[in-house]
Amino acid sequence: MNAGIVAYGSYVPKLRITPEEIGRVWGKDGKKVGQSLGVKEKAVAAFDEDTATISVEAARNAINDFGIDAKKIGAVYVGSESHPYAVKPTSSIVAEAIETGNDYTAADLEFACKAGTAGMQACAGMVNSNMIEYGLAIGSDTAQGKPNDALEFTAGSGGTAFIIGKKPKEIIAKINHTCSFTSDTPDFWRRQHAEFPEHGGRFTGEPAYFRHVHSAAKMCMDKMKRKPKDYKYAVFHQPNGKFPLKVGKMLGFTDKQLEQGLMTPLIGNTYSGSTPIGLASILDVAKPGDKILAVSYGSGAGSDAFDLTVTKNITKKRAKVSVRKLIENKEYVDYAIYAKNRKKLKTL
Amino acid sequence: MVEGSPSLGWRNYSQRYNLAGNECKTCGKHFFPAVALCPTCRRKGKLVETKMPMEGRLLSYSKVFVGPVGFEMDAPYHLGLVKLQNNVKILAEIVDTPENKIKIGSKVRKVFRKIHSEGETGTISYGYKFRVV
Repeated sequence: MNAGIVAYGSYVPKLRITPEEIGRVWGKDGKKVGQSLGVKEKAVAAFDEDTATISVEAARNAINDFGIDAKKIGAVYVGSESHPYAVKPTSSIVAEAIETGNDYTAADLEFACKAGTAGMQACAGMVNSNMIEYGLAIGSDTAQGKPNDALEFTAGSGGTAFIIGKKPKEIIAKINHTCSFTSDTPDFWRRQHAEFPEHGGRFTGEPAYFRHVHSAAKMCMDKMKRKPKDYKYAVFHQPNGKFPLKVGKMLGFTDKQLEQGLMTPLIGNTYSGSTPIGLASILDVAKPGDKILAVSYGSGAGSDAFDLTVTKNITKKRAKVSVRKLIENKEYVDYAIYAKNRKKLKTL
Repeated sequence: MVEGSPSLGWRNYSQRYNLAGNECKTCGKHFFPAVALCPTCRRKGKLVETKMPMEGRLLSYSKVFVGPVGFEMDAPYHLGLVKLQNNVKILAEIVDTPENKIKIGSKVRKVFRKIHSEGETGTISYGYKFRVV
């Protein structure tokens, strides 16, 4: 495969709420819940933010920081499970805002938390086959969690945009291989018109997250004939702070390989943005020659795995503001302000 | 902006998404929103589309406690008069900024935000707001 990441940009909303504050409202020990989930706080989209605004900010950061000519972007895919419209693409709003012109193909993707990485695969395929020069793939969400549900402690907001290209002098992380492990597994879903998703509790663990992430990671490593020790970094989908560390251990990775990409403890599970934001955080510090394994997970269910090698171009081009710096700009809100911003009050 | 039809919003995308205004090549003055005729050069003026800068400084601001139709639920919010780097003045909402950081002279940067939603079933309007940096 000749394609690789030529640019990336992230955006995380400023507002934060802690598990303690959520627990206070529902009579739960939020601190304990947060500890058990491995989440210290989560990012909350403001009243006037949604998947489109997050995607635009992330895409603009990628374009501006890496000097990409937006007119050369031939495909725009936005992966999310919180698209602002049921019918009308987020991707065309993003393309209009970054001024790609009209010579591009676009679609909104939805596959629970892995739609962003599915977009990366689609772009890589189109770039590789010379259909397009650049492809823009975004994973972005304003994740919904039903009040007083376990998900409410983790469902966060944020996103990352990747621009995929194939010019060797531009590629900062070459995609050596990508593969997916997919099955029909009903562990988490949201029906048409339903406001919040439902989930299968413990069923979301072993037969869902762990089976798919583990299998896709193994498939990818076997294909590349690599062992966990060959990778400098790994990022696995982060529904909470515990699952990625556990699946990493099952595969033979150390916590040290995972910690740079582990963002959920600080911003919550940004669903389609989760693995992309973790990968962006790794690219913020990676050095030429570093190998990265990135494996997303989307309920329903599937995992996309990527084997990447960081190139020497990364020494010249990186995001101007790292993900970890970006999330330092924050403001804590109480549950009432959170409920207002996330429109959990029916009159809004 | 609030009561506009989808087609009205569509016609203004470049203005709302990317601050596209125009510049008179004869006198060098910038305009936002775009003007049909340079008020100084009149027929001798040559207008070309140009983008406004992303940054500027707060000239003045006000806290709105009772929003107009379409913005009732946004209140309270801050409305700022921003002087962009090319001296064009623009009125916009100031977001993501604690109240004590909103001051005359504060440096601000444009952000892409939702402006208004036509109820639960209508179109969503996006556009510019600013935040103190």
